[in-house]
Amino acid sequence: MTSYAIFLGCTIPARQPNYELSARKTLEKLGIELIDLEGFTCCCPAPIQSINLESSQAIAAYNICLAEEAGLDIVALCNGCFESLAMVNTALKNDPQLKAHVNEVLAKVGKEFQGTIKVKHFIQVLMDDIGLEKIKEKVVKPLSSLNVAPFYGCHSLRPSKLLQLDDPERPKIFENLLEALGAEAVQYRNKLKCCGGLLKGISDDTALSLAREKLVNTSKAGADCISTLCPFCFVALDIGQIQIRSKFKEVYDMPILHYSELVALALGVDPSELALSSHKIKADKVLEKIA
Amino acid sequence: MPHHNTNKNTNMSFSEEVTCRHGGETLTSCYQCGTCASSCPVARLDSRFNPREIIKLALLGEKDELVSGDAIWLCTSCFNCQERCPQNVEIAELFYALRNIAIEAGNSPNIYADFGSALIADGRIVAISKFGEKKREEFGLPPLKPVGLEDLNTILSETGFIKPEKKEASK
Repeated sequence: MTSYAIFLGCTIPARQPNYELSARKTLEKLGIELIDLEGFTCCCPAPIQSINLESSQAIAAYNICLAEEAGLDIVALCNGCFESLAMVNTALKNDPQLKAHVNEVLAKVGKEFQGTIKVKHFIQVLMDDIGLEKIKEKVVKPLSSLNVAPFYGCHSLRPSKLLQLDDPERPKIFENLLEALGAEAVQYRNKLKCCGGLLKGISDDTALSLAREKLVNTSKAGADCISTLCPFCFVALDIGQIQIRSKFKEVYDMPILHYSELVALALGVDPSELALSSHKIKADKVLEKIA
Repeated sequence: MPHHNTNKNTNMSFSEEVTCRHGGETLTSCYQCGTCASSCPVARLDSRFNPREIIKLALLGEKDELVSGDAIWLCTSCFNCQERCPQNVEIAELFYALRNIAIEAGNSPNIYADFGSALIADGRIVAISKFGEKKREEFGLPPLKPVGLEDLNTILSETGFIKPEKKEASK
């Protein structure tokens, strides 16, 4: 049985049981074991890199060391965690000077980065370890008739040199997964642009305008829902609609579902087991359409 | 082409200060083509932000304007510009370097003080409430494992992490 160290990060355990539940239940059905390791901290994403890039890299490397000691590859559910950890993992493997520098710091806590494990995004585990054919075989409730707008978010794809998930300008991985579930992947304008999440608390108007344009464009394209790869994008687009309603006086009523929730539903997990009540914009329309 | 510091009495050495830093190494490769600005999702919406202008100011040594202004904080770190830069300037990371310098000078939006305090106190930047932990149990999720808080704080102090302070008047 393939096993991974599951890296939850901060936002998912704090706010998104729906993401974690659907991810765990999906892998349970697909025969991959998830191990919860002791000691994982914040991955130190962009907001912490903005305070001190060197501290952030060392802490990301520290977390990788914990998985190395356990002999496990890491699966990250959050784009932010995936980016922070995968960037450092690739950078340290390729840059002996940087690795030596980080290891000097890590020595103070009795760790040493070796470069022996991989850091994967959850969608990569679905696609690489399980594969489209096996997923198709396991679908018991195809999402036919459902038009899904895939929203990648930034930190699954870029910087592509270090993350190596897919082509950063013409990615296909998400569309391929949706089609394997029987859904239609909707194309729309600005699909690969930022959700605005990281500007919250810094420039709220700009953050909201960035989220709004995704809702405008996916609505125009006839999407039944937007599907996200990242908990920050989920918040920006889900709770964002409540804020957009009061600021712009516009109602989109566009359900936002993590890709893992769609996979779990297609594999036959009962909606009542998925904490769908965590969604501000209710997913009922989607559930009715696939019932 | 590297930017030579020909006059020690000017601020031109700022570009050297940046290139010596983690993240800032590629600054002087910029030839101001503007691919970054035309790829930027924020520049289309917010006239205060233009990545090409910020890089120009850094090259010209306008440290005070950059460090005390709002502009460097308006990057969403989406990496679109960095992905497309024909000169391989690591633009998003360059902005981290500029922000690191600003933080050392005591300037940052107030929200960064919250991120810094949460990281030091909890090892996470979003706190998990007791209510949240109880909810996990109800949903059948496994209990959260303890965070390596002591090691994290050792690493922070070894790497000179400065906790950003809030300003009196909100920014």
